[in-house]
Amino acid sequence: MANTPEYKWPPMNARKVIGKPLKRLDGPPKAAGRAQYGSDKAFPGMLFASYLGSPHAHARITSVDTSAAEKTPGVRSVHVITPAGKEIQWQGAEIAALAADSEEIARDAIRKIKVEYEVLPHFVDGADLAAAGSHGKAAGEVVQGDPEKAMQEAEVVSEGTYGIPIATHCCLEPHGCVIQWKDDQVIAWPSTQFVTGWAGTLAPNLKIPAANIKVHQDYIGGGFGSKFSPGAWAEVGAILSQKAGGKPVKIFLERNMELEIAGHRPAAYGKFKLAGKKDGTITAWQSDTWATGGFPGSGSPPLPYVYANIPNQRRNHTSVSTNIAGSQAWRAPNNQQASYLTCCAIEDFAAKAGLDPMEVFAKNAEFTPRADIYRSQMEKAAELSEWKKLWKPRGSQTGTIRRGLGMGVNAWAGLGHNCTARTTIGPDGSVLLEMGTQDLGTGTRTVMVQVAAETLGLQPGQIKLVIGDNSLPPGGSSGGSTTVGGVSAATRKSTMNALYKLFDAVAPAWNVQPEELESVDGQIRVKGTPNKSMTWAAACKKIGPGGKIQETGANVSRSPMGLISGGVAGVQVADVNVDTETGLVRVNRYVAVQDCGMIINPRLSESQVYGGIIMGISTALFEERITDNETGHMLNADLEFYKLAGIRDIGDIIVHMDIREVNDERGVIGLGEPPAVAICAAIGNAVANAIGARVPHIPMTPMHVLDTLEGRKA
Amino acid sequence: MSSKKDPQSQDKRKTRFSRRGFLGGMGLGAAGTGLLEHEAEAAPAPASVSGPGPVPITLNINGKAVNLRLEPRVTLLDAMRNHMSPPLTGAKRVCDRGSCGACTVILNGKSVYACTVLAIDAQGKNIETIEGMPANNPISTAFVNHDAQQCGYCTPGFVMAAKGFLAEHPSPTVEDVKHGLGGNLCRCGTYMGIRQAVVEASRSMKGANKNG
Repeated sequence: MANTPEYKWPPMNARKVIGKPLKRLDGPPKAAGRAQYGSDKAFPGMLFASYLGSPHAHARITSVDTSAAEKTPGVRSVHVITPAGKEIQWQGAEIAALAADSEEIARDAIRKIKVEYEVLPHFVDGADLAAAGSHGKAAGEVVQGDPEKAMQEAEVVSEGTYGIPIATHCCLEPHGCVIQWKDDQVIAWPSTQFVTGWAGTLAPNLKIPAANIKVHQDYIGGGFGSKFSPGAWAEVGAILSQKAGGKPVKIFLERNMELEIAGHRPAAYGKFKLAGKKDGTITAWQSDTWATGGFPGSGSPPLPYVYANIPNQRRNHTSVSTNIAGSQAWRAPNNQQASYLTCCAIEDFAAKAGLDPMEVFAKNAEFTPRADIYRSQMEKAAELSEWKKLWKPRGSQTGTIRRGLGMGVNAWAGLGHNCTARTTIGPDGSVLLEMGTQDLGTGTRTVMVQVAAETLGLQPGQIKLVIGDNSLPPGGSSGGSTTVGGVSAATRKSTMNALYKLFDAVAPAWNVQPEELESVDGQIRVKGTPNKSMTWAAACKKIGPGGKIQETGANVSRSPMGLISGGVAGVQVADVNVDTETGLVRVNRYVAVQDCGMIINPRLSESQVYGGIIMGISTALFEERITDNETGHMLNADLEFYKLAGIRDIGDIIVHMDIREVNDERGVIGLGEPPAVAICAAIGNAVANAIGARVPHIPMTPMHVLDTLEGRKA
Repeated sequence: MSSKKDPQSQDKRKTRFSRRGFLGGMGLGAAGTGLLEHEAEAAPAPASVSGPGPVPITLNINGKAVNLRLEPRVTLLDAMRNHMSPPLTGAKRVCDRGSCGACTVILNGKSVYACTVLAIDAQGKNIETIEGMPANNPISTAFVNHDAQQCGYCTPGFVMAAKGFLAEHPSPTVEDVKHGLGGNLCRCGTYMGIRQAVVEASRSMKGANKNG
């Protein structure tokens, strides 16, 4: 076939739908409370599951007696997850589960399960490397250049200790699913970031083919990286369903277990030494860091973050295993930690040298992969934050309320995941776009429809989109800011392929070649010959009664083909007030200058940036998993004491998206993660700037701030 | 974070069921002895005790009487989500203990957390949920206009909290909204849009009243 499309985006100034701030398509059902999530599903005869979690952080199970629970009227199935003889490694580890006619019966009955434990010693204090002993695993020293010599020759040497604790995702919809296992068929309504891959992960555990597992999800109530896999709960729910004769089972974690075991962002701590010249040039970096993601240990922040090419480096890192449930990916994994640790060290170096930190960040930008972009972003961020007017040297302020400014940097790769879109054009003019992907609230539905409408020369309302089912062409997992790249490229290809098939059908009417045609404003027409045109509906009639055009288009993650790319930079500035009597930190204003590629929908991309920043402000000011050394228990497994930022707590946020032709030519780049990276860094630095001393540990709570002001060790 | 919500409405003291008392009685709550004594003092004669098994309960939800058989311990939230057929699922269960506002409904004109109200206590009261509002009501429309939802799980609670807030503060500033909606939490970070949406909703509601 000669008529092969060349996959490119239309020029920026020629676009009619792409680049327009459409309202999100999923907005109306969500804002009206009509959107149905997995946790909203209800079916006749549906059972409710309840879990029994371990009260000990480390123990061996010696016996599990479920007899009383099984005899409870209304209990339909009981499943022992961790039988006698097995060891558990964290509090909340699932011991048993059951399903009953009502949630009340399930909750009562689960307490009747008697478990005996041999309690074993536990270790939960990841903040203290000295205490870790055999729980720590050193990665081995990395040396670049000659750090010893550079330290000796340095005019300025700064040292600091910084830490960022475990934070939990706190998805508002907990992890879980409604699931039914009858005979050899499973139907599931999960809460997942990976509709297409969900069955494949679950199938081996159930020992049935993945093709026998049907997965459907319309909406997901938050994931942030923690909901890629079905999790243990899907398997347990399926077993409970099967044991109960194939009745559907609703198994979603209760809030305390959600915070205890459903995943978290690893902690990271470190001791840092930077050396350089009086003019602010950094010549050497030394870091001794450790991190823990719970059991069996994880987390290795890429250091030095962004400023990766500092010439002389000595780095040591230790992974610490604690008796805390394991971590999950969190919106830019390891990047918040790396950004915080690095930007604190650079800010402290600047303070030691008596320089404006933004000048030091800019001066050393040559050590980043994108020096020009970062420098120009710093200029913009300085302008929007009134840096030159408001920034004062560290320690120069007096009075009770002290204002401080601080900055942080971010970077993220992006690109697009593997996925396939399918476009079907009917003789009635209908357009159906399908993919087994998911919309996390990032705008996936809306951008797919915008790309399809742009390509076909139609209005967004003329495109019917179906996603969220694993019987559809495969979608990718929504992680790594790869979704918008994947779905936009696949949609573009599939709609172009379909359109070119339509051109094939229409071209003979004017006795022209298909490649001479274009589709604009609902018309198929011969390029440059306005009188040779017909409506979309008339053109589609040429497909013939009962016929259809159906074409797929795929994005292959390693060959972006010019439609997408990756690699964005960002600079953010926090402007805070610190009350030195109460220790309270309040954000006055937060400025984000965000690099981007081709923007499909400026309204929704801006929402992504706002969202990343607000989540970041929450972690910077409030969030910390508090685990008791004595009992090994998480002490704040609820939303009263695991604090999330509210609508009052975020100050005013100014977002500057760098939408320009030169960026547009890079193609589509995901934005879910990059803006979420630098907030702890910027706020931590702003607090240090305000009070004249480094508060080493995130979050910037009154306790941490007062500890620093009064010289107490945190 | 502040909340203008007051789940302990004035009718509360007349009733003999409270979630806190129930939790204390089950040995689950953090309720102190003082509280339990207080509950004991207020306890009526045993003859009028309902439960613990299911009892007939009638709820007036969105203008319709709904007859259910529920244990007295069942919250209004769980009654709507788990015991009605079809269920009302606009109110979400997130924290299940009065911290996040995802389950906000309007009870006799005031916004409350449905997870902190027992269904048996909600009898005889006018319960409004998001399902009782037209899909294109001014508040939901303003949320869409200002992209005030991402995953959307907190959104129905915010919309109902905004409804309760606007009933008492028909002409709020953004600053007022920050205080008035401090009892609801969003994890995706939609607060910037919500601030604008509630102010816009107040204007369009006033416009509608004038026109009507």
